[in-house]
Amino acid sequence: MSNDIRYLTPINIDIKKDKYCRFKKSGIKFIDYKDPNFLLKLVNEQGKILPRRITGTSAKYQKRVNKAIKRARHLAILPYVSDMLK
Amino acid sequence: MNSYETVFILTPVLSDDQAKEAVQKFESEMKAFGAKIKHSENWGLRKLAYPIQKKSTGFYFLVEFEADGKVVADYELMMKRDERVLRFLTVKMDVDHVAYSEKRRAKTEATA
Repeated sequence: MSNDIRYLTPINIDIKKDKYCRFKKSGIKFIDYKDPNFLLKLVNEQGKILPRRITGTSAKYQKRVNKAIKRARHLAILPYVSDMLK
Repeated sequence: MNSYETVFILTPVLSDDQAKEAVQKFESEMKAFGAKIKHSENWGLRKLAYPIQKKSTGFYFLVEFEADGKVVADYELMMKRDERVLRFLTVKMDVDHVAYSEKRRAKTEATA
């Protein structure tokens, strides 16, 4: 008995999923700092802002995301530091 | 004239009526400074994401107004001097922001 795992179809190791900017795609021009539920999608569990590398946001909108999140933090809508945010 | 939007947090020590009274006072003083209030919203008592002045909740209010830039400084000074205000943030609204807030207002009015 061999230990090799056999697949019926060859597995695709490098499937590259194209990233896209969600703001460009859905035509959101203004990012609301008053909406914590939306902003939560753009931070990690510690409340840190996710990089463009991961979210795929364009540079123009990443600037706006950063601004919105920082405003939300000032108003205690989002935490500055946290653990298990999600 | 520019459009501005202010969100401020009042201490939870106040009662509902006292909070509303404070907001009315702010609004009348803003008018005295020469601001035109377009919209105001009461979000009620909300939990803060982190404690401010050892308080974990606060009354949130939103005011949209039109005014000259000079008015904002006077208005913010008034906020700063008031002990009931935990936090405030005034934002100048650009074209997209104005469009967004109008849409948002229409939506909340439709549901209410």
